[in-house]
Amino acid sequence: MSRIRKQSEYEKTFAYRFFRWMGGEKDAFVGNMEMRPQKEYVEEEATIEERMRDRRQAMEEVYDSGHNRELRFFNWLYRCFSIIFCIAIVAMLVLTVSYLPSVGGEDKPTNNQVSETYITDGLKDTGAVNIVTGMILSYRAFDTFGETNVLFIATCCVMIMLMVDEDKIRENKDSNDRMFEPKNDVILQVVAKLLVPMVFLFGIYIILNGHLSPGGGFSGGAMIGAGMILYVAAFGFDRMEKFFNEKVYKCVKVTALICYGCIVTYYFLTGANGLACLIPLGVPGRILSGGITLPINIFVGSEVACTMYAFYALFRRGGL
Amino acid sequence: MEIIRNFPCLSILLAMFSAIISSALKGKGARRLNTFVVSAVGALSACTLYLTYTTGESYVYVMGHFPAPFGNEIRFGSLEAGMALFFCVIMLFSLNGGRDKIRLEIDPGKENLYYIMVDLLLSSLLVLVYTNDLFTAYVFVEINTIAACGLIMIMESGRAIEAATRYMIMSLLGSGLFLIGLCMLYDMTGHLLMSYIQASVRDIAAEGLYVIPLLVTIALIVVGLAIKSALFPFHAWLPDAYGYSTVSSAAMLSSLVSKGYIFLLIKIIYRVIGFDIFVQSRIINVLFVFGLAGMIMGSTSAIRENDIRRMISYSSVAQIGYIYMGFGLGSSVGMVASVFHILSHAATKSLLFVSGVGLTDVADDNKQFIELTGAAYRNVCAGLAFTVGSLSMVGIPLFSGFISKLLFSQAAVQSQMKMLPALIVLAISTILNTIYFMKTVIRIYTPIRSKYASVSIKENPLYAFTLLCFIVLNIVLGMCSQPITDWITQGLSVFA
Repeated sequence: MSRIRKQSEYEKTFAYRFFRWMGGEKDAFVGNMEMRPQKEYVEEEATIEERMRDRRQAMEEVYDSGHNRELRFFNWLYRCFSIIFCIAIVAMLVLTVSYLPSVGGEDKPTNNQVSETYITDGLKDTGAVNIVTGMILSYRAFDTFGETNVLFIATCCVMIMLMVDEDKIRENKDSNDRMFEPKNDVILQVVAKLLVPMVFLFGIYIILNGHLSPGGGFSGGAMIGAGMILYVAAFGFDRMEKFFNEKVYKCVKVTALICYGCIVTYYFLTGANGLACLIPLGVPGRILSGGITLPINIFVGSEVACTMYAFYALFRRGGL
Repeated sequence: MEIIRNFPCLSILLAMFSAIISSALKGKGARRLNTFVVSAVGALSACTLYLTYTTGESYVYVMGHFPAPFGNEIRFGSLEAGMALFFCVIMLFSLNGGRDKIRLEIDPGKENLYYIMVDLLLSSLLVLVYTNDLFTAYVFVEINTIAACGLIMIMESGRAIEAATRYMIMSLLGSGLFLIGLCMLYDMTGHLLMSYIQASVRDIAAEGLYVIPLLVTIALIVVGLAIKSALFPFHAWLPDAYGYSTVSSAAMLSSLVSKGYIFLLIKIIYRVIGFDIFVQSRIINVLFVFGLAGMIMGSTSAIRENDIRRMISYSSVAQIGYIYMGFGLGSSVGMVASVFHILSHAATKSLLFVSGVGLTDVADDNKQFIELTGAAYRNVCAGLAFTVGSLSMVGIPLFSGFISKLLFSQAAVQSQMKMLPALIVLAISTILNTIYFMKTVIRIYTPIRSKYASVSIKENPLYAFTLLCFIVLNIVLGMCSQPITDWITQGLSVFA
C-alpha cells in the first residue's frame, strides 16, 4: 500500500516513524524528554584541603592528639573492648541457643495447647480461613492495634524531623527535587502507566482477601504504598496532589485509625463483659466473612499505605 | 463496681484515641485534648485504685473474646492502679510547669505532634503498668521508645537531635536484648502470658532443666531494661537527653519513661520469673554492685558539672542506682523501698527540672552556675521549689527523700552480707548529694546586684501553682509515708 502513497502522507504513518526509529535516524526521546548527562561529582581541591585542615585542627587543638596519650590509650582500649565484647556476646548467645530445645522437636515446649487450639479452633472462632490473620487480628487484637500505632507514631516522628513549611516546599520545588534524574522520563512513565493500576489492584485484592488467602492489611497496604511511590516517581508531585494531598492523607489516616480503634474497643468491651459480639462471622470462605478481620484489614491497609507514601514524600521533599 | 473493671482498658484506649485525633487538630486543640485526657485517665485510675485497694484483690481483664492463654489480657491490682494514677499526676504537673517553654521552643506547626507523642507515651506507660502479656509489653516498649525520641528531638536544635540519636541507639539496643530474652523465654515455656510463663518457669527450675538458658534470659531481660532506664554503666545517653530537651520532656523522661521500664522489670521479677528464682540467680548481685557504683559515680559526675540541667540529669543516674540497689538487696522490704523511691524520685526530679527552668529564665536562659547567682531572689517561687526539691534529694526529714533513704537503710540492715556496703555507700552518696545540691541552693540565695530582671508570681500563676502542687506532693509523700508503704506492701503481695 505504502508504495502508492505520497511521501508527505507516508510520513504521518506509524510504519514510517517505526522504520526511522529502527534505522536510528531519530531518537524518540530527543525533544520529548529532558536529557542531560549526569555530572560527575567532583570535589574541589580547596574544600578537600579545608576539610583536612579542620580535622587536623580538631585533633591537635581540641584533643591534642600528638601529646594526649590518655586519649590514644582510650581509643585503643575502646576498640579492643568493643571487639572483645561483641565476641563475648556472640559466644554467649550461641552457647545459650545450643542448650535450648531443638527446632521442630515433638516435645518442644512451644508445641502446646495454645498453638494446637489456634490451628484446630481458629476457623471456628474467628471465621477466617487464613489462620495467621485470624490469630493476629482476633486472638491477639490488642498487640496488633499497638503495632499499627507504632507505624503511626513513627510517621509522626519523621514529621518532627523532616517536615518543612509549605512555602519552602514550593520554593525548592525544582532545585532540590530532581538533582540527578531527568524530568518526565518517558520509559518510566509508560511503565508506570501500565504497572500502577495493576499494583493498586493487586494490593486491594490482597487486603480484601486477607482472611481467605495469604496476605492481609500490612502486606497489601505496603503494596499500595509502593504503587503510590512509583506513580510519584514517574509523574511528579503535581499530578499526585490532584488526588492525594495532605488533606486526603490526614482524612484517610485518621478515619482508618479511629474506625479501627472503635472496632477494637467494641470487641474488647463486649468480650470482657461476657456479651456476644454482634459482628457476624459469616460463612467461611466467602468474601464477606471473618467477623472483625475484614474491616480491620481494610483499615490497617489504608494506614500502612499512607505511612509508606508519607515516608517517601517526607524524605524526598519534607512534606506531603 | 462491675463497671470499674473496664476502666484500665478504657484509659489505655482513651489515650490512644486522643493521639489519633490530635493528628487532625491544631496545636491548641491538641493541647486541650491532652490536658483533658491526662486528667480523665487520672480519674479513671483513681476509681480503679479505690476498687482494688478496698477489695485487696487483683483482677484479670480479657482483651477480646478469648481468655488466657489464647488471647491478650491485662491485670490490675492496687499497685498498678496507684502507679497509673501517680504517672498521670506527674505528667499533668510536668506539662503545666513547662507550658510556656513548649510554646516558645517548639515550632507552632509541630505543637500537635508534641502532644501526639505525649498521648502515646501515656498509653504506653499505662500498658507497661497494666499488661499481663510479655509480647504486649514489648510492643508498647517500642511505642515508648519512639515517643521518648520524639519528645527529645522536638526542639530541633543540633544538640537535641544528637541527644535523640544517642538515646535511640542505646534504647534500641535495650529493646533488642529484651526481645531476645523474650524469644528465649517463649522457646523454653511456650507461653507469652505472664502467669503461664511463671508456672512453666517454676516447673523448669524445679526439674533443673535449661539452667544456662534461664540464667542468660534473666540477664538479657534485666540488662535490656537497665539500659533503657539508665542504670550506671549504661547511662551515657542520659545527660544529653535530659539536658537539651524542652523542660517538660526532661521532667517526663526522668520521672516517667525510665520509671515505666523499672516498673515493668518489677513486674517481670514478680510475675514472670518469680521472686525466689530471681533472687537465687546471681544477677541480683550484679544489680546490687551496679546500683552502688551508680550511686557514687552519678553524684561525682553531678558535682563536676557546670550546667544546672546536666547536674540534675546526672543526679538521676545516682537515684536510679538507689532503685537498683534496692532490687539487689533481694528482699521484699528492699523491693518496697525501691517502689517508694520510684514515687519519691519521680515527684522530686520533675520538681527540680521545672523549678530549674524558672531559675535559668531569670538569667537569660544561661545554665551556667555563675549566672544563677541570686536567681532565687529574682524568681521567688522557683527558688523556693528548687530548695524543697534539693532538701528532699539530700534526705532531710519532712520531705519524701528522707523516707526512701530510711526505707533503704532499714532494708539493708536486714540483709547480712549486703548491709555494710549498702549503708556505707548510702552515707557517701548522701554526702555527695549534699555537696552539689547545697552548693546550688547557696548559689541561688547569694544576694547580688544583678543585671537580669526579676519575675513575680503574678506574671505566670499557672507555673507558680504547679510548683506549689509539686511541693505539696513531695511533703505528702514525706509526711504520710506509712499509708503509702502499706499500700505498696499490699500491692506487692497481690502481685505474685
